[in-house]
Amino acid sequence: MVHLRGAVALLGRFPALAGVDLDIDRRRIVLLRGPNGAGKTTLLRTLAGLVHVSEGEAVVLGVDLLTDRRSVRQRVGLLAHTTGLYDELTVADNVAFWARAARAERSDVDAAMARLGLDGRLRTVPVGRLSAGQRRRTSLACLIARRPELWLLDEPHAGLDQEGRDLVDQLLREATAAGATVILSSHELDRSLQLADEVVTLSGGVATRDS
Amino acid sequence: MIRDALLVAGKDLRLEWRSRVALNQVAPFALLVLVLFAFALDPDRGLLEKATPGLYWVAVLFSGLLALQRSFSIESADGNRDALRLSGLDPAGIFLGKVMAVGLQLLALEVLLGIGVAVLYTTPITGWILLLVTAMVATVAIAAAGTLYGVVAAGLRVRETLLPLLLLPVLAPVLIGSTRAFEAALGGTPSEGWPWVGLMGVIAVLYIVAGVFGFGPLMEES
Repeated sequence: MVHLRGAVALLGRFPALAGVDLDIDRRRIVLLRGPNGAGKTTLLRTLAGLVHVSEGEAVVLGVDLLTDRRSVRQRVGLLAHTTGLYDELTVADNVAFWARAARAERSDVDAAMARLGLDGRLRTVPVGRLSAGQRRRTSLACLIARRPELWLLDEPHAGLDQEGRDLVDQLLREATAAGATVILSSHELDRSLQLADEVVTLSGGVATRDS
Repeated sequence: MIRDALLVAGKDLRLEWRSRVALNQVAPFALLVLVLFAFALDPDRGLLEKATPGLYWVAVLFSGLLALQRSFSIESADGNRDALRLSGLDPAGIFLGKVMAVGLQLLALEVLLGIGVAVLYTTPITGWILLLVTAMVATVAIAAAGTLYGVVAAGLRVRETLLPLLLLPVLAPVLIGSTRAFEAALGGTPSEGWPWVGLMGVIAVLYIVAGVFGFGPLMEES
């Protein structure tokens, strides 16, 4: 599913990933932890095909990231710090646009919105008028409507209330049960440690698997 | 590719419809430019009428720049560029969709400016077919070149000032061609205008081809 060997990724001249070795199997939930600036976000963006791997081996979903990042991007879902939403469009418009871009069915859009509690009055509200938690839910709806094989989540619980956090955990368990793999970074360690099958610690751009 | 283009064009036009930026800011700006030209040249009515084609296309270019900048500023907010790169959309489809959306806004703007010219400059409108074809071809050229250069500038902090610097020089041939074609149409000698339309057609095709093949790599690098 994910195979990195000595993977180096540069942000400018700075090696944000300095030779990462990592192997992750299907249907696993993997927690990335580490201090600020350890490279967690860069690793997630690298696995999503957004950051170029300059050295080493990097294979995601059976695709070599060094030669074909585009086909990986179509199969992963990235929940980043930013929402990737258009403020002037409604919740329904945003979810429908990103889902249709990924060739999702109309039924996937409706199901995703219902799952995130966005199927009522919120459907027709412009995203710019939503709270941070509601925006996060909308981003999650966009992600699950795409039905990604690899979920890459950067602080997925951020901005959500208790119900929302529980819902995220439930969604991740359902995703792995359906065959997907989840890699998340989170500073909510207690909650994330309960959720994760494996823990990987990043420090100075190098990954260490916790026993 | 066409499906993706229609999806992106629909999204961009819906965004414009909801935000009303083109209606509330770009269109008034375009009319203001026409009015300022009229103030500047009013003492010489003959000069104003003679210069109508050039003034019209300068107004279109200046207002078109605003529409183009808007087209890329909506993608620079809150991680939307990354979302587009991850979306699975064909980069060529994104390019063509943005060209369609900007082109339709430009056409609406050109109609408005045409009415403005007829009213403010009291220019008699003749040679309709040449005028319409010129407007269509020039619009495609402006939208295609603007979208291509827009993605180059989009990733930079100085994009608002860089885009006009990059774009206006390369659109000079389109400005010259469309002005000459309009002069021919309004002057009652349309046969002199068609070669200019042909030249703009070649420019439009070149930028469309460059965009279809180059937009993806440029989106990655910018």
